[in-house]
Amino acid sequence: MSDLKDLYREVILDHNRQPRNFGELEDANRVIEGVNPLCGDRMTLYVKVRNNCVQDVRFKGTGCAISVASSSMMTEKVKGSTVDESLALFEKVHQMLTERSAEDAELADLGKLAALSGVREYPSRVKCAALAWHALKSALTSADNTVSTE
Amino acid sequence: MSSIEPMVTDHSRITDIASLRADFPALHQNVHGKPLVYLDSAASAQRPQAVIDAMVLQEQRDHANIHRGVHTLSQRSTEKVEAARDAVCRFINAASRCEIIFTRGTTESINLVAASLGRSLLKRGDEVLITHMEHHSNIVPWQLVCEETGARLVVAPITDRGELDLAAFDALLTERTKIFAIGHVSNALGTINPVAELIARAQAAGAVTLVDGAQAAPHLQIDVQALDCDFYAFSGHKMFGPTGIGILYGKERLLETMPPYQGGGEMILTVSFDKTTYNELPFKFEAGTPNITGAIGLGATIDYLATVDFDARRRYEDELLAYATDTLKHLPGLRVIGEAEHKSGVVSFLFPDIHAHDLGTILDKEGVAVRTGHHCAMPVMDFFGIPATARASFAFYNNRHDVDRLAAALEKAKELFA
Repeated sequence: MSDLKDLYREVILDHNRQPRNFGELEDANRVIEGVNPLCGDRMTLYVKVRNNCVQDVRFKGTGCAISVASSSMMTEKVKGSTVDESLALFEKVHQMLTERSAEDAELADLGKLAALSGVREYPSRVKCAALAWHALKSALTSADNTVSTE
Repeated sequence: MSSIEPMVTDHSRITDIASLRADFPALHQNVHGKPLVYLDSAASAQRPQAVIDAMVLQEQRDHANIHRGVHTLSQRSTEKVEAARDAVCRFINAASRCEIIFTRGTTESINLVAASLGRSLLKRGDEVLITHMEHHSNIVPWQLVCEETGARLVVAPITDRGELDLAAFDALLTERTKIFAIGHVSNALGTINPVAELIARAQAAGAVTLVDGAQAAPHLQIDVQALDCDFYAFSGHKMFGPTGIGILYGKERLLETMPPYQGGGEMILTVSFDKTTYNELPFKFEAGTPNITGAIGLGATIDYLATVDFDARRRYEDELLAYATDTLKHLPGLRVIGEAEHKSGVVSFLFPDIHAHDLGTILDKEGVAVRTGHHCAMPVMDFFGIPATARASFAFYNNRHDVDRLAAALEKAKELFA
């Protein structure tokens, strides 16, 4: 089970059991639908952007532990950040999920989010972790309100 | 078969089903350091060595294009492909070899009927009747042809147990129903549909009938004359043969009247720029060079299956499915999706607090291969109000030990997520 523990780290299991910022956000001004057609994962991301700042962010939906934990940790991390900071974070996380060469120092930089790096060893699960982040990027950059990782 | 061949009795066939596992080389390997438990045969089954050997021999020695050359290799290849057609004809008890069309698989077989027959038959106001438990490949081709012709797709509902609602089916079957298409066995639920009875009712209403047999071919004895269906579709790779080869059986009198599906070589008799004369059946529907090695592999698969006593195999599989269902139901919290009275080969299940995808990954680490997701049957998932299931699917090469390994791996998943 040792390497499974690398994917399902305690922080991920915790965020899956008790997702933070879960539920609708009534005064959101960006609402994004995210789907992983192959898994059946479906999440709705609610973002309230004011003055170039992510003032509030919540999500709801169903998905595997990786996708729920990733969504939960994402909302925790970007709440209160500027749009530019959030987009920069998207790039960092995307790199961490897809590139094996990510340096330990860079991972340390990401704090709790580094726990998601375990998916690199599970190619079929990368899209589970990426869904929330693509939804975030879409919410902050485009008018399109559905994203898919396929 | 010629009449001078000796009759073989079933006593000469293999009845020790457990011994057959040794014939499948892919089953004898470690995955993540543990002996593989392959429980994903409903997605694609493993192949016995005899099938692999037949395909290697074709590739190494006999390959050439068929029905064209007068040279030796072309003749060898042609003879083997046509022998495979004869094998398929026997396998499903078709009346004539001209009713056996090689396709790429079940999906293409259904698309062929939808495109060729559907387009010429359907008019605005007509209906195509399917069921709520169909695989996407028995939904989407009909949606496409309905859109094109103005016909309506009608869906017969299912019950909480995962069986067809027969009363509702009867009510939906009317003189407007021009085509009735149904899966013999549900890939997501394992339900065996009472197809013979349903076909009889649909015929009485005047509908053309098609059976999607992808999940039945590896488990059931198929007799298209007894079923009296107009079309029967299945795939090589679900029944221990190669991918990229499948079968469309069609009644000769219907196939004769249908326009070709694709144009090209093989399907013609003569071509000039003014007019093309189509070839006779089944070649009218086999445009282009077919999957020669695949067809030969499928023939070898049928020859292999013919060495096994069917009743013994069926008993073995039924007993194994009952054991698996019972074992899984004893795991606290586990919910089985699909509890039809007659089932074959499949247990779909989920835990309330562990997503199917997480189960799939954890089980893989334990060497246990299952399918997770919607199984190309999203309407079935919607019906049960779930996003996905884990599905353990069984073949005669599985055994009780495989079930025990699955149960132990599920216990580990529960521990991890506790």
